[in-house]
Amino acid sequence: MDNAVALSEQMRAIPLQNFIMLSLILFSIGVMGILMRRNLIVVFLSIELMLNAINLMAASFSSYHNDPQGQAFVFFIMVVAAAEVAIGLAMLVMIYRNTKSIDINSLDKLKW
Amino acid sequence: MSQIFFYALSAVAIACSLLMLFQRNAMYSVLYLLVCFFSVAGLYIMLNAQFLAIVHIIVYAGAIMVLFLYVLMFLNLNTPSIFTKSNMLRLAAILTGGSLFLLLFAAFYQTELVQLPAPTVDTTGSVQTLGKVLFNEFLIPFELSSVLFLSAMVGVIIMNKKDKSNG
Repeated sequence: MDNAVALSEQMRAIPLQNFIMLSLILFSIGVMGILMRRNLIVVFLSIELMLNAINLMAASFSSYHNDPQGQAFVFFIMVVAAAEVAIGLAMLVMIYRNTKSIDINSLDKLKW
Repeated sequence: MSQIFFYALSAVAIACSLLMLFQRNAMYSVLYLLVCFFSVAGLYIMLNAQFLAIVHIIVYAGAIMVLFLYVLMFLNLNTPSIFTKSNMLRLAAILTGGSLFLLLFAAFYQTELVQLPAPTVDTTGSVQTLGKVLFNEFLIPFELSSVLFLSAMVGVIIMNKKDKSNG
């Protein structure tokens, strides 16, 4: 446990604000990716990035508050993300079978 | 020392997520995001959340990214797909993301956070503490998440089954 104490002493140099800033930046990059890319796989990757940003923020709040409940929430968010990726990739394979591409613009049957 | 670590890890995370966006080949995007996830795991270790760091690496690098790579190789895409066609849409996407960041940053700047000291209890993220929390307060959600996984598994299998009877 000596290592952990030393680590905690060093953490005083890093305020909580830095962690919040980092997760805000990562979240915005994820939003940008969802809007910008045409490739469905990269859109999924951006969703993963956004979930990660939220996880990082929850974990840092939990760690700075000395409250383990936030980290339990991060655990559940990971569970949901894993299930979401499995379902999403299955849908992606189905879309590929039907339209022969994973381009978002090929999904315009509901447009008009 | 820890500040250098923090800034290095966050620079790697931001740079790799940006590279992920501007990569033409989806395979490289997945690999860059993997590097980004590893640096986030390093940040979890800095936060004294060892259990989360290990789970993060196992779940994301071990399961999710492998699934992405598997699907990418399975689909065998030969045409590298690129950005949205018009430059207007790309500009709009960047503007939207940037203004969302500005909004979040303004909200964050306005908030008067209680000046929290650095973590004082070192066992917040240990396996022992998190296990106690997960199996006492969060026992029912924990059990329900296994049902969620089971239903996700069944859903995936049913969705990707070739329907021979056409009905």
